[in-house]
Amino acid sequence: MTKHTLVALVEDKPGVLNEMASLFRRRGFNIESIAVGHSEAPNLSRMTIVVNGATTMVEQVRKQLDKLIDVVKVSDITEDDIVARELALIKVKTTSSTRSEIIEIADIFRANIIDVGVDSLTIEITGDEDKISSLLNLLRGFGIREIARTGCIAMTRGGSGASSTEKRSKK
Amino acid sequence: MVCESLVREGVEVIFGFPGGAVLPFFDTLPQYPHLRHILVRHEQGAAHAADGYARATGKVGVCLATSGPGAANLVTGIANAHLDSVPIIAITGQVARPFIGKDAFQEIDITGITQPITKHNYLVLDTASIPRIFKEAFYLARTGRPGPLLIDIPRDVFIEQAEFHYPNKVDLPSFKLTLEGHPAQIKNAAELINEAQRPLIIAGRGVIISGAYAELKELVEKAQIPVVTTLLGISSLPESHALSYGMIGMHGMAYANFAVNGADLIIAIGMRFDDRATAKVSAFAPHARVIHIDIDPAEIGKNVRVDVPIVGDAKAVLQKLNKQVTPVQHIEWVRQLDDWRREHISTNIRDTQKLLPQYVIRQIYEVTKGEAIIVTGVGQNQMWAAQHYWYDKPNSFISSGGLGTMGFELPAAMGAKVGCPDDTVWCIAGDGGFQMTIQELATIVQEKIAVKIAIMDNGYLGMVRQWQEFFYRKHYVATPLTGPDYVKIAEAYGLPGLVVKRKEEVVPAIQRAMETKGPFLIDFKIEREENVYPMVPPGASLSEVLEEPKQEAKKAKIAADSAKLPVSNI
Repeated sequence: MTKHTLVALVEDKPGVLNEMASLFRRRGFNIESIAVGHSEAPNLSRMTIVVNGATTMVEQVRKQLDKLIDVVKVSDITEDDIVARELALIKVKTTSSTRSEIIEIADIFRANIIDVGVDSLTIEITGDEDKISSLLNLLRGFGIREIARTGCIAMTRGGSGASSTEKRSKK
Repeated sequence: MVCESLVREGVEVIFGFPGGAVLPFFDTLPQYPHLRHILVRHEQGAAHAADGYARATGKVGVCLATSGPGAANLVTGIANAHLDSVPIIAITGQVARPFIGKDAFQEIDITGITQPITKHNYLVLDTASIPRIFKEAFYLARTGRPGPLLIDIPRDVFIEQAEFHYPNKVDLPSFKLTLEGHPAQIKNAAELINEAQRPLIIAGRGVIISGAYAELKELVEKAQIPVVTTLLGISSLPESHALSYGMIGMHGMAYANFAVNGADLIIAIGMRFDDRATAKVSAFAPHARVIHIDIDPAEIGKNVRVDVPIVGDAKAVLQKLNKQVTPVQHIEWVRQLDDWRREHISTNIRDTQKLLPQYVIRQIYEVTKGEAIIVTGVGQNQMWAAQHYWYDKPNSFISSGGLGTMGFELPAAMGAKVGCPDDTVWCIAGDGGFQMTIQELATIVQEKIAVKIAIMDNGYLGMVRQWQEFFYRKHYVATPLTGPDYVKIAEAYGLPGLVVKRKEEVVPAIQRAMETKGPFLIDFKIEREENVYPMVPPGASLSEVLEEPKQEAKKAKIAADSAKLPVSNI
């Protein structure tokens, strides 16, 4: 069991997310995170899916996903040189005595304070999973009210990348 | 729009059943006299008939049902076509657009339901897109690995007017297709074949779909490679060919299974290493390297480790491969297989006065001179039909392989006969499965479809009973079943029938069926507790074959022979 990051370019149509998700369900994969948004090509969405599974099984799912008519391309970029980022919003309990300490911690992590309440602070942080986890660990002692995480989005470094749509755009 | 699109795709027959949501379609249908609509008695029958039609003709089969229950009843048939890679188009009615998502009368999310069992499906929300969608659907159904597609059309979309533009070609940039096979892999495959001492081809339905009969035969003869088949690969090479060693798998020929066990190279063509074919995967072909040729990249490496993967169409790949294969002989290997075949006559029929199903099947072969198309149910009848009829004619065996759908036989035979009116079509049924789709007798009579029906009637769900006998201490729970008087049933539906209880009545009854114009039913009251042999018990490997009891002693010797084989060193 290893963690795999898959990147998929799919037609921006209703039902595509369902098709993808149900394939993972059928093969017994738990999707750790899935993030969907527009890509550089019109009418195409880009999905970043993080799953845990044996390499052969993930490869099987990748091939099955690739067979879906609405899926343009799926790549397993786990072994590639990639940049991966996640965004999290964390609402932490504060008192007048802890507020400045929390702000200091946020600064160290280059996180932003985006909302201040009487007894809470909301912190926005971007980074890889480890960075977000370590910040969360530090903040846990103060009491965490709410967490919202986007799930990982990823891209290969340099060049044209694993999921390039250049060919398609030329058409 | 729908009818016009069907005509453009060359559709001649639709198996369907009307209902509220598709009434606009039926209202237009008489304007298209070349579209023959066959009214089935249950939508499952429509899907299986389209499936049988598609398998027999190689064309795309079409079935149609109304929304809600009509669409739901197609599901089993669609799943069946999906697992066996059969090109069918299912058209379903849907409630009018404003009602979608409101739990309206006869509304069902059929695109959601069939999403995992179709190659692709469509909910049509715009009348003008009907021609494009039909063009795409037919293209996808028949291109690459064939499969079923579903088009769901709301009632008001049928009615709305739009300009009709039928596209000349499809625009599907995301649909990937590899037909030719990678030259480097083909070269690797040729090298392995040229070096192999004990090569074996496993031919699957992909050979039949691709029409690669001549190419397969050329490879077999050029390099003297013995051939075994999967259940659905039956008739990819004439079974009377000297190098044809029958079917492998749970009820495959013992010698075919020994061949897999002894081979040092497996060349798998258009097959997907189904668990019923491989038995215990970890013990499958233990001495062999594996070359896998398949049009679907997702099949390669799915169940069995592959040394040389070739993604491509069987015919195209074999044409290239054959050029690189050097003519050789494998005299010793072939002699070994022939010895196994002689010592393990898996197709032997006991000499007895009892009415044996194997004997019935063999006599159907004799009377039809092997020229019939055989359509089977699922279970014992299917295995006897696979084992005891010799399939020399290409694509002459039609059966529900992947899904194992009881009740497939009658509607599928009906579809096959509609598609191939000049061929004799025999439906080999079990009494269990036959009762699942017995209503299609009415369709056969109304549409004058001359299917010959042979029921292997043992008053049991025979295959399940056999498992209970072997693995559940003869604890026959829920397997004994009664049935109607099938001859009276036939008469009531309006077709002639005969009951056969004795061996000497078998041939005259089959002859009478053949002489009768139109459909005919024979109820064969076979030996009740007859078993299917050989059998590889579930969880065992292909070499652990159970044969008919008296042959057990010989089996031990084979296992010993097989163990002596040198481990491949290539």
